[in-house]
Amino acid sequence: MQLFRAVLLRLATTAVTLLGVAIIVFVVIRVVPGNPIAMMLPPGATDADVARLTAQYGFDKSIPHQFLIWAGGVLRGDFGLSITARQPVLDLVLGRLPATLELSVMALVMACLLGGVAALTGTRAREGAGEAAIDVANGMALSIPDFLWGLILVLLFGVLWPLFHISGRVTPSLELPFVTNFYLFESVLRLRFDLWADIVSHMFLPALALAIPLAAIIGQLLKQSLKETMHLDYVTLARTKGYGENHVILREALRNAILPTLTLVGVQFTFLIGGTVIIERLFSYEGLGNMAIDAVINRDLPLIQGIVILFAVIFTAVNLCVDLLYAVLNPRLRHG
Amino acid sequence: MVSSGADARGMIKRRAGVKLWLSAGWLAVVVLAALLAPWIAPKDPLMQDLFLGRMPPAWVAGAEPGYWLGTDSLGRDVFSRILHGARIALTVAVVAGGITCLVGATLGLMAGFLRGWVDVVISRLIDIWMAFPPVLFSILLVAVLGPGLHSIIIAIVVIDWTRFARVVRAEAMGQGAMDYVASAQVAGRGRLSTMLTEILPNVLPTIIVLLTLEMGIAVIVEAILSFVNLSISTDAPTWGGMIAEGRTSVHQAWWVLVFPLITLFLTVLAFSQLGEGLKDRFDPVLR
Repeated sequence: MQLFRAVLLRLATTAVTLLGVAIIVFVVIRVVPGNPIAMMLPPGATDADVARLTAQYGFDKSIPHQFLIWAGGVLRGDFGLSITARQPVLDLVLGRLPATLELSVMALVMACLLGGVAALTGTRAREGAGEAAIDVANGMALSIPDFLWGLILVLLFGVLWPLFHISGRVTPSLELPFVTNFYLFESVLRLRFDLWADIVSHMFLPALALAIPLAAIIGQLLKQSLKETMHLDYVTLARTKGYGENHVILREALRNAILPTLTLVGVQFTFLIGGTVIIERLFSYEGLGNMAIDAVINRDLPLIQGIVILFAVIFTAVNLCVDLLYAVLNPRLRHG
Repeated sequence: MVSSGADARGMIKRRAGVKLWLSAGWLAVVVLAALLAPWIAPKDPLMQDLFLGRMPPAWVAGAEPGYWLGTDSLGRDVFSRILHGARIALTVAVVAGGITCLVGATLGLMAGFLRGWVDVVISRLIDIWMAFPPVLFSILLVAVLGPGLHSIIIAIVVIDWTRFARVVRAEAMGQGAMDYVASAQVAGRGRLSTMLTEILPNVLPTIIVLLTLEMGIAVIVEAILSFVNLSISTDAPTWGGMIAEGRTSVHQAWWVLVFPLITLFLTVLAFSQLGEGLKDRFDPVLR
């Protein structure tokens, strides 16, 4: 019963958060002077044309009135029409979402792998030169944000030593047999490994740029909690039983050390998703973030709203999942 | 075991000292460059010369004398633009970082110490802010406010105050629960006076560390906004603007991207290492 109430409360605050986000975006993009419709019409358009389209998009009404109309539509799954593309916002946004999701998940996997390896080697070589080297690398990776890592990777592996593609999501000349926009996923399902390789080669650098700062955070925290765990009695017991260092770290210590890292990864994953906006721009990757920047530049108000709301939904959903996962994994909460 | 622990602590302390001095040194160079840019820059940063477009740096064959780090596609001197870019970067770092700190720390302090409905409102705002993609939000704000230095600064303050508010709120809450605060209250001190004379000095080290980190973040945000062409003006010598131009011509003229990128990299690294170094200094466990 208590759990049920906690979940309800959580859902209610999530709803308040999303409503807050919606209101803020809605107001912010509408306080700009000037009519977004006037920009999209050709120079010869008459005032009557502008007025007709303005009315069609509802921009002639007051902001609260517009918001009510928009919110009513959203509840029915209608996010309005994009001004520039003249298509439903929902279709446009959902069309781009898979690209961003694939990029974020790939970055998350890379970050966990890199961070995990750093923490484990750091623990293995503790109090030695190896640990110091890993600490320095971690410090660097933490201090520099994804945007700069992206530029550095473009220079190193796109120009100086061109191993990977630095622009786009897939080579444009390729025939794509896909029915969904989950290219990476579908290429595996269809066993088209030629396409898969091309897609990975496009995604690798942007994903790595997003992964590096997160990998550093994971590495640092996991190493810290491993260090604490390594002094616990049960680990010493495993040692006295004659298990090797690798077994002790991987099979005994890691199990207990991983929980605090997990919570942190959840919060940090939302930051990573937020980072896709500029990284997609940098690598001309056709995802949600790149579309968002275009929408801002073109003052496509309905599209901007839709994208920001979608990001907010993703962020809150990730946080919700992490909390649930934590409750499931933490034995104290499970049996409490 | 004990001695090796002491050694390790000594090593960490020494390493922290080196980090601190290296970062402070580089930032001093940037400050000097910013202050003296009009006098030490060899060329006018805005001067275009289409006959001298994309000239390589001085040590590469085909360089034009006097353009040490080469020229961009419009024939503008890369070195002079980097020097002048330092002025914009530092202005943003100091002004935006400072105002963000003031706003965020005040709200955090109020939420953490006064609690009650003040805390509820501020915490709910923080929740909402955390649900925004920050880069997109800043791009949106600058697009709305119109290009210019003040828009960038406003955007940074509006987006990043939560960085201060979250941490300061938690710290102030921790301090507020301590005995000395209760004694101050018993001694008849007002809430506001307790907050400013008891709590604030204790969270100040944290605030200073956050401020240093925020300055680095502000520099990056300015670069990102310039990169999407929303900063001051397309002509202004900003590091981000130079990087954006360099990105498009990276295959023809690597230097247009590389030199501003190195400068930006070192500056951001220096701010963040300075913050880390200060954190170690303030940390009583290490001291």
